[in-house]
Amino acid sequence: MFEIIGERINGLFIDIREAIKNKDPKPLQDWAVKQAEAGAYWLDVNTGPVASKEEQAEIMAWMVKVTQEAADLPCCIDTTNWMAMEEGLKVHKGKAMINSTTAEQAKMDALFPMAANYGAAIVALTMNEKGVPKSAEDRSALAMELLANADAYGISPIDLYIDPLVLPCNVAQEHGPEVLEAIRQIKLLSNPAPKTTCGLSNISQKCPNRPLINRTMLAMAMVCGMDSAVMDACDDELVDVAATASIILNQSIYCDSYAKIFRQR
Amino acid sequence: MAVNIIKERWTSKVAESTLGPDGLKIGGESTLPFMHFEGEMPNRPVTALEVFDMEPADWPEMLKAPYADVLGDPVAWAKKVVDLGADMVALRLMSAHPDWKNASAEEVAKTAKAVADAISVPLIVIGCGVEEKDGEILPVVAEALEGKKALIGCVTQANYKSITAAANGYGHNLIASTPLDINLCKQLNILISEMGLPLDRIAFDPLVGALGYGIEYAYSIMERARLGALTGDKTLATPVVCFVGQEAWKAKEAKDPDVPEWGPQDERAILWETTTATTFAIAGGTIFILRHPESNKRFKAFIDESMKA
Repeated sequence: MFEIIGERINGLFIDIREAIKNKDPKPLQDWAVKQAEAGAYWLDVNTGPVASKEEQAEIMAWMVKVTQEAADLPCCIDTTNWMAMEEGLKVHKGKAMINSTTAEQAKMDALFPMAANYGAAIVALTMNEKGVPKSAEDRSALAMELLANADAYGISPIDLYIDPLVLPCNVAQEHGPEVLEAIRQIKLLSNPAPKTTCGLSNISQKCPNRPLINRTMLAMAMVCGMDSAVMDACDDELVDVAATASIILNQSIYCDSYAKIFRQR
Repeated sequence: MAVNIIKERWTSKVAESTLGPDGLKIGGESTLPFMHFEGEMPNRPVTALEVFDMEPADWPEMLKAPYADVLGDPVAWAKKVVDLGADMVALRLMSAHPDWKNASAEEVAKTAKAVADAISVPLIVIGCGVEEKDGEILPVVAEALEGKKALIGCVTQANYKSITAAANGYGHNLIASTPLDINLCKQLNILISEMGLPLDRIAFDPLVGALGYGIEYAYSIMERARLGALTGDKTLATPVVCFVGQEAWKAKEAKDPDVPEWGPQDERAILWETTTATTFAIAGGTIFILRHPESNKRFKAFIDESMKA
């Protein structure tokens, strides 16, 4: 079943940034509830750039705690700061998701053991110190490295969410078909297959009519094997696309209330 | 070289339900039926034998024979089927049918209460099959049976509201019935659960057919629902009721005494009912409502073997 990772609890948004500054849990908790009701399966939690590195760990722990007080959903702990990651994992209830590692060896060697230690799922980006590869084949090669390293740390492919890196269609148009093909290839890498995910709204950065581009990308990616996405859970029409695509792909059994049921998990 | 057994990894399981005052457990499996190496099947499939609240008009002589002394006395009949080894009693309120006695809700509720008080196993109460009438009588029956944690049915899209409200209020489980259509089946489970009755208090009846009479359609639906349940579809992860006796004894192969080329009816009819039941046990059935005590015995022997790991 397709898993929506709700993107809204992120310090990049002004209301969340203010809430962090004022230690006011309400905006985080309102978004937690709203996204849960809209069909989110995970809640992405990101401190944003406001805090200094030292403060981030404490802020992340606070954010995870207040978010889970409001909604009975697991968090996708989204930070490049490993200390903040670990503090978030420590206070998290249930199975968390780490967001994210890349295929750089140092990162994999730090974050995969953390995932194994806390029993967390983990997002793994198909990039390394050389950057984001262009072709589907190079993305898949990095996915294979991620898969092999995760396996070495005892992480099951079903807990590994490989992100082939969606880039904006207005500046990196040639990446579109490569990403879609990479999703197909990643789903063939192992049995059970690794999961796939992406930052969906990247596809429409700085474009007019972003919702339309996001919806179209989501449907196309799901056909290729996309299992989840960090996305706007409160965009009703976007969630309807995910619900309908999962019916057309025979991932869930049709009934007249399918769109409503899709949101109740 | 050792053979490496390939195992399917399921992410979810069927809801576990409890029935009756003593809490008989059903469902809860985390793999397909009897795949003990792959997952858990914590509770065995269970049987019920049918008891009519009036002498059944269309039963062949062979089916009436084991109950000859109790036909027309539902309390005695219910005690008898428990003695004959049924896990539950399925009381069918046929007298309420407008074409038979058109009995009132109060009359059938009184019978249901008397039967429930006479037995210690869980009671299944089945209406007369006329949707509108069942919508009237079953809420009254539910009230009379408060505390018995009965399984009441069949509820359809036409009459689910009144019966669901009563089942919820008086602590019973429901049988949700749809005509051989998995999408309608799922939708009815959803409609009932949206009225506040938890999914683990619903068992669905996909309308089974007997061997030779569309059994494969019901088999596919049951299997599809089980695959859905095991991969996370909670709205289909409820126990399944199979009205095997009702269907098998409609078949001419079971009810016709005078077809020598098919062999003696005694053996043929029992085989028809038992084979229909075992087929649905393999497809994912949970509660098997049978009619003949010998079929019950043979089917339970099959379950005994199948439950061995």
